[in-house]
Formats: sequence, C-alpha cells, structure tokens
Amino acid sequence: MPITVRSFDRLSDATSVLSSDRAARFIAGGTLVMRDLHEGDVSVSTLVRSMDRTFAEISTTGGRIEIGAGATMAKVLANRDLAFLHPVARHVGGPAIRQMATVGGNLFAPSPYGDFATALLALDATVSLASGFSPREVPLAEFLSHRDRPGNGVVSKVSFPRPPHDAFRFRKASRVRPKGASVIAIAAVLPQSGGRISGARVAYGAMAQTPIRVPAVERALEGKTLDPSGISTAVAVAAEGLSPPTDPIATSWYRSEVAPVHLRRLLLGETG
Amino acid sequence: MPKTPVQFRINGTDKAVFADGGQSLLDVIRREVGDTAPKYGCGQGTCGACMVLIDGEPHLSCILLAEMADGRSIETASNLDQGGQIHPLQDAFMTHFAAQCGFCTPGMLMAAKALLDKVPNPTREQVIDAISDNLCRCTGYEPIINAILDAAQNPSRRSA
Amino acid sequence: MLEFRKDLFANERDDNLNEVGKPTQRQDMAGHVTGRTPFFDDHRLDGMLHLKCVRSPHHSARIRSIDVSAAERSPGVRRILRGADVPVNLNTLLSLLAFGEDDEPSLATDQVRYKGEPVVAIIADSEREAWEAVSKVRVAYDPLPAVFDVEEALKPGAPSVNPVYTRNTFTYHDKYDHVKLRFGDVERAFQEADFVLEERYQMSPIEQAPIETNGAIAAPEVNDRYIVYTCAQGLFFSLDTTAKILDLPSNKLHFIGGTVGGGFGGKVDSLCEPLAVLGAMLTGRPVRYVLNRIEEMQVSAPRGAERHYIKDGVMRDGRIIARKMTVYFDCGAYTRLTSYGALKCVAHLPGPYTIPNVSADAYCVFTNRIPATAMRGFGVTGVDFAIECQMDKLAHLIGMDPMEFRIVNAYRDGDVKAHREHASNTALVECVQVAAEKASWPLSDAARAQSSLTGGGGERAIIPDTRLDDGGVRPAGWRPEGTLPPGTRAPSRPQVTPQPSAPRPPPIAAPQPTPASPPPAQEQVPAPAAPQTPTPPPAQSQPQSQPRYARTRFSTVFGTRRR
Repeated sequence: MPITVRSFDRLSDATSVLSSDRAARFIAGGTLVMRDLHEGDVSVSTLVRSMDRTFAEISTTGGRIEIGAGATMAKVLANRDLAFLHPVARHVGGPAIRQMATVGGNLFAPSPYGDFATALLALDATVSLASGFSPREVPLAEFLSHRDRPGNGVVSKVSFPRPPHDAFRFRKASRVRPKGASVIAIAAVLPQSGGRISGARVAYGAMAQTPIRVPAVERALEGKTLDPSGISTAVAVAAEGLSPPTDPIATSWYRSEVAPVHLRRLLLGETG
Repeated sequence: MPKTPVQFRINGTDKAVFADGGQSLLDVIRREVGDTAPKYGCGQGTCGACMVLIDGEPHLSCILLAEMADGRSIETASNLDQGGQIHPLQDAFMTHFAAQCGFCTPGMLMAAKALLDKVPNPTREQVIDAISDNLCRCTGYEPIINAILDAAQNPSRRSA
Repeated sequence: MLEFRKDLFANERDDNLNEVGKPTQRQDMAGHVTGRTPFFDDHRLDGMLHLKCVRSPHHSARIRSIDVSAAERSPGVRRILRGADVPVNLNTLLSLLAFGEDDEPSLATDQVRYKGEPVVAIIADSEREAWEAVSKVRVAYDPLPAVFDVEEALKPGAPSVNPVYTRNTFTYHDKYDHVKLRFGDVERAFQEADFVLEERYQMSPIEQAPIETNGAIAAPEVNDRYIVYTCAQGLFFSLDTTAKILDLPSNKLHFIGGTVGGGFGGKVDSLCEPLAVLGAMLTGRPVRYVLNRIEEMQVSAPRGAERHYIKDGVMRDGRIIARKMTVYFDCGAYTRLTSYGALKCVAHLPGPYTIPNVSADAYCVFTNRIPATAMRGFGVTGVDFAIECQMDKLAHLIGMDPMEFRIVNAYRDGDVKAHREHASNTALVECVQVAAEKASWPLSDAARAQSSLTGGGGERAIIPDTRLDDGGVRPAGWRPEGTLPPGTRAPSRPQVTPQPSAPRPPPIAAPQPTPASPPPAQEQVPAPAAPQTPTPPPAQSQPQSQPRYARTRFSTVFGTRRR
C-alpha cells in the first residue's frame, strides 16, 4: 500500500488513528521512522503527525518541569532554565540532528542511543501518554520496560521535579567525538545534605536494552561523601549484576570494564 | 497515490509541489525541484550528504517528511555561488583540497555555512561540532576544518 | 601538510618536471564545490523503474521452491527477474583475465551460500512498490550447515561452500590449493636462531562504507544499445562483466561514469549493472538499481577477514634470520577478488625486510560469509599489520629499540628478497629515520648514519639453496623435487645487475645475513628453466573444458603472461 501522511491539529485525534490502524506509526522528528521506510519496512502505510502547538512546549514555571514530547534538542538548548540539561542535549547527534530529534523520540531510541532518556530516568521523570479517552501518566522506568508494546498511545510530554542546584550530573563516553554513540552514558541526581549524599538516583545508558537505574550504586552512595574513599563502594559495584549489550560500539566485557572508570569520574567531577 | 501539496521557498524561489505519501524532503528537492546538489547517502540521518538549511538551521532532508518544510525557506549548496561568483567557503574548499570524491561536499558546505552565518569567527572546536553530522570517507576532516577556518578568517576570498 | 624531502635520493629523481612534485588543482574540484558534479543517481529518466532484490535470510540453504505469484500481482510490478532470466548466470570477476573459474550466479537458483545473497529481483514503478512485492515473494529454504572460520573450513568434513571449489580453497594455476613461497631453509635457521617467536594475528572484515552506495541506472538507447550511468570504479571492467553476463557484444553497452561517490575497492564487483541492464532489456524502460544503506553495509563486499601465523627466528644482534608464515584469506562464499589478494600478499612477503630464509603458504578460503573483495591495499594491509606487530614484539624480545630494529632489518638497494629479484629504489631506512625525527624519537648515531643506498648487495644478494616440501600441494602424482639450486631465479626475466645512479660506498654498514646454507661461489647465474613455483610433472589429464579466453598465468610478481 502506498503511504498516507495524516496531520492532526490535536494530539488526541492523532492517537485515535493510531489505535484503530495497525499500519499507522507516529512520526515526530523523523530520525527513527524515515530510516525504516528507506530500508523497505512495508509494515507502515500511515504516518501520523501532530501539529498541536502544545506538543512542543516547554514549561519551567513552578517546581515541576514539563517538556513536550515534540520539543527538539535544539529547543531544549535554547531554554536557559534547562541549562543543567544542555550538556545532555548537546550529546545527541550534531547540530542538524538536534534541530530534528525530539525528547519524545529519544524515549524510543534503541541502545546505544537514548542519552536524553537516560538523563530523564535519573531525574525521576513521568511520561504522559495520550491514548484515546484515557490519558495516563506512568513512571519512565515502567514506560521503558514496555515501550515497544503496541497500544501505548502517544507520548505527549515528560515531567520531573527540578533537581536541587548542582545535583544533576551527566557523562557520556563515546569512541568518536563530538558526535558518537555511547559506550556508556551515566546520569545522576546526587542531592546532598551536610556534605553527605541522600537519595541518589543513578541511571545508565547503553548498558542494557533500554536506559536503566542502578540501585546497587545508589545504595552504596547513601550517606557517603563525594570523595575517593566515600565513593569507593559505589565504584566497586558499578557494573554489578549487569550484562551490557555487545554492539559495533563496544563489547559487553568492555562496557563492564569501563563502567567503574566513568562512574568514578562522574562522581568526582573529573574531566577527560 | 495520495499526494500532498507542499509549498516552500527554495534558494529564493517559491515552489509548489505535490509530494507522494511519505516522500522525503530530499526526494522532493532532487526529483520535483530538480536540484541534485543534496545527496542521498544513508537515508537515516547519519552521513549528512543530504544537509540543507531550513530557515537558516541545518537539517537532514532525507529523514524529513516533505510536509515538514511547508511554508519554510530552504537553502541548498546550489545557492552558494551567485552570478558566476563563488562563495568564500567554496573557494576555501578548493584551495585546501577539502573535496575528493565530492559526494559529501554539498552537505559539508551547508553545515559550514550554517555555522559561519551565526558565528563569523568560530573556534576550531566549534567548526568540528558544526560538521559532526557530516561524514567524509576520502579526504579526512583536517582539510575541511582548515578550509572552514580559512573562509572565516578571509571572508573576502574570491576565486582568481 | 605535504612536505617534499628533496634532500633524499636527489640523484635518483628528475626535479625538472612540470607537474610531478608540484601541487595542482583537481580538474573536477569546481563541480564538487558547486554541487554540480553529476553522480550516477543524479540522472532522472522518464518512466524510470526501480529494482529491489529478494535476499537470502540464511547463510547456507538449499532452495526448495520460489513462488512469485503474489508478487506478480502486486501493484506497480513490471517484471520479476529469476536466475533463469540471466543469460550467463555464472561468473567470476577475474575471468576477464582468465584467472579463476566462474563460480557466482547473479541470482541464486538452487542454493544460497551467504546471508543476503540475491535470489529474485523485482522491477516496479516505485521503490515502495518494489519493496512491497519483495515482501510477497515466498522462497522455501532447507537450511544447510554453514562455516564461518577459515581454519574450520579447511578441516576434513567441513561443509563445502562453493561447488566449483569443493575443498573450500581457490585453485591456483589449475592445481594448487594455496600460494607457496620458499626461500632458503627456515627450519634449519630456526635451529640456529637465538630466539624463536610464533604469534597469531587476525583481522575482521572491513566495509568500505562509501557515502554513495553502489548502484546503476540503465536505459535503452538507440541502435539496440543500452546506456548505463554507474558509480563503478572500473568502468570498462564493469562494462565487460555486464557484456559477459548478458551475453551481449560489448559495443551494445554505453557506460557513463567517472564520478564515484567514494569507492575504496567496494565498487569493482559490478553487481548492480548487469541486473539493471537486463531489466532495461526486458521492460524497455529505464531501470534504477541502487543498494540502500543496510544492503551496502551487509551485502556489498567488504575487505575480507584474514588470519596470519608468523614464526620468526631472530638473533641477539637484531637480525631476523628466518620468517615462516601461514596466511588465510577469508574469501566468503564466492571468489570475487580475494584470490588475487592472496597473490599480492605473497609477493609482498616477508615485508620490506631482508631475511635470508622465508617460507609462506597463503590460502584463499571459501566460507559462508559475505564475499570479500578489494579494499585499499587488500592482501597487503592486513599482513603488514601482522608483520609490524610482530616486529615490535621481536624488538621487545631482544631488548632493542623498535625503530632501530627495523633499520637493522630493512631491505637496501641490491638485496635479493624472497621473490628472487634485486631490490631497487628502497627507502625504508629513510622512512624510519624521518618518522623518528618527526616523533622526536631518539635514534643512535649508528642508526642515523644508515642509508638504503649502502650496505646492500654482496652476501645479501645471494639466492640460497632452497628446501622444497609438498605441504598443501595436492595434485595427483606430485612429488617435491627436493631443493631448488642456489641462485635459482624467476623464469623469463632478464637478469639485471643493479646500477645505483650514485657511486656506492663499499657495503659495510648493513648487517650481513647468515644464510642457512653456505653461499654459492657465484652471485650471478643464468636464468635456469625452473619457475617460481616448483614445476610438477606433466599433468595427467587436461582440464575438461577449455575456457573462453586464452589462458594466462597471473601473478603480481611476474606479471600476466600468455601461455
């Protein structure tokens, strides 16, 4: 069947087409969908677009930050209130990709891609889904575990509490710079009280099929200081229980070996 | 086959075309407009050979739906030389041997132009970031980086 | 930045030239920077159709049946090509040089031998319609055991990959299952060496990854000719290959090319041109056949995998006195150009070093991987990687600086290497010296004083008594002759005494090798009748079918000669 493109002013109309047409696929920036079409994927015959203005809006007023799923990395970079996320957005592709790649699309990027989703996981983000009559909100971790399941609806936005000042950290290791797929991406929110970490959230990208939380590292950081001795236990368990993927970027073994190195550098704020 | 009317301005000229369902902007530019400067390299936004500027910003036209360019202004590498006068970037690419097979060159030039239009005197790191969406398999990147820096430092350079 | 070191070899060069040695602008540069260079896919022809292939999902399988009935009814489909539609559905690229047997179909008929092998070609009005018809072709496969490793493929009982070469090895000179190099007596030299080091190296396949993928557009022209826009790296090589596969006189084909969007060896296999022209012949319309990126990465031929075993005998003073190598080239399922790569490899051994005892066996091995082909010095680059890793390890073993170690062993003008020819215009010593200088790597005064012009020849030009063996040679009735007499040279080449253009000081600086056999009294001997490869007894039966072209012996060492 030839491809039909359907554009909707309201996201809810788009979602109803998606729920009724099994050959329909939602397209935002195009970085995932157009590739499949070029490679001869004939399972898609309807492309659904949202022209809804709210779909790409960013709201930073109040304690909770909301980013529309259609917001591009360039839009994140243009927002001064999201300065702490700029290092993450800058690591997604080059300047042209950042004009096109959306925050919502990044949640679906297959490993080793999905650096922004890794950051959102550390930020304890919630995913808002527009699906027919019943919009839903699900924690990002839960969403990622079944992101490929049909009938999820369309991601309309992500939201998360603004992290404490200077508590968010991000580090990405790639074989090619400045643009390269991740050997490993690490995002962390490290709240401190009285110089000690309390309630750390740490997420890895490219260390599993989707971005994942790292509870062993989070537990090992609890009550610790961010110095070589304080983080030693966390570094020791950096790759514990993980079986990272092997892909053209790195082997599973290599990812496990370098995870502690990059976690240590992230925690100590080292560059290089 | 369902077709969608799409209007845009390309290299200063208004165009109205009927796009096939799912047709990429690149395909529309090459087939319907007849401008073959942007190339199809990978079809997945990895190589940058299809790069064009939309409202001054670099975009990968192979993974853009034609509809996404509706009402916008597109610029391709065909627009760089005007009235027999080549652009300083083109001159610098020639001088620095920054093209070998020539296939990545139109995309490289647009990435460079997007940068210099906003940052007239970029650092080497800014140049490297600006062309990080573009792959070259022949010359290596050094001659290209040097050419862009040279064009920035000598905006008056013209072909002999 | 380019730097001309005109202080080196000044008297071997004419600096009074108009173009050579001077920067010059490319003739195609203006087209490149204006985006006006016409690449093959920049041609849009009225009524153009699009060709896409149904490809094998199996590494090895028998084809039980092919059902195209649903695909034929698919919207936009103009023609479906099967193996039976291809006039000459068996080819090997180097058959144009009468080298190797035809072993690869354009479209598989009874069996597939690598994942991605084309089985059916669909020609439709649009790419999308071609893809949809591709998805409707039903091919029933019986999967067969596959082999992916060169040494596994050589074991008894390994699956036989290609019916033309049933033992999984390419056949050289109608008889030999590998390329053999013998010079001196390595086994004896290993006994005399202070250290012996044996190591294994390997290299994965490498995709050329041109930014422009492989493809061609073919269209009917006037006078029953066909015009073909293509990115082929060898335009007339591709034209002749197409003419052979389509059984057309070559003057029926009008190829237009010369603009290649990156090739690097990956655009010599002429896979798209024959099917595009066949499609144009059968539909009367222009047909465009372009690989998409996944096909380019997964199906178009890469540089093949290689495995190298190197065993060296080295003396404490730094001299390598023996080098023995076994080299396996993974050809994939069909020959393409790997057989030629193995010849290049052996011609290059033992690297740019003068070693008095050398032995090598190089195999071109069939596996169920993607057929391999040319890529940037294929046959030499991989083995150089292995040799230079080995050189570093040897230097470490004897506690010598790795740069000086290379200078000690570097070949010099007048030396005779394993190919039994005098070396001339050698420059490794100077390359190492300049590289050391650029890297601020300290070299001893003695190493800095060395020159490629001095120290060669003399004992280093002696062709030693050479021990022969029958390892790997399997023609019936073959017996090794025992030894090649000292001084045996390649056949049919005039003997050239090296004439350095500058007066040469006496050869005192370079270390003298120690041939395992006593040197013969005379250095220059008339060319004997013995060929490079030991001559077997007369073949007991002639090859069953005479090839279409005059048979030639093909060798990068000795060139191509009509028999």
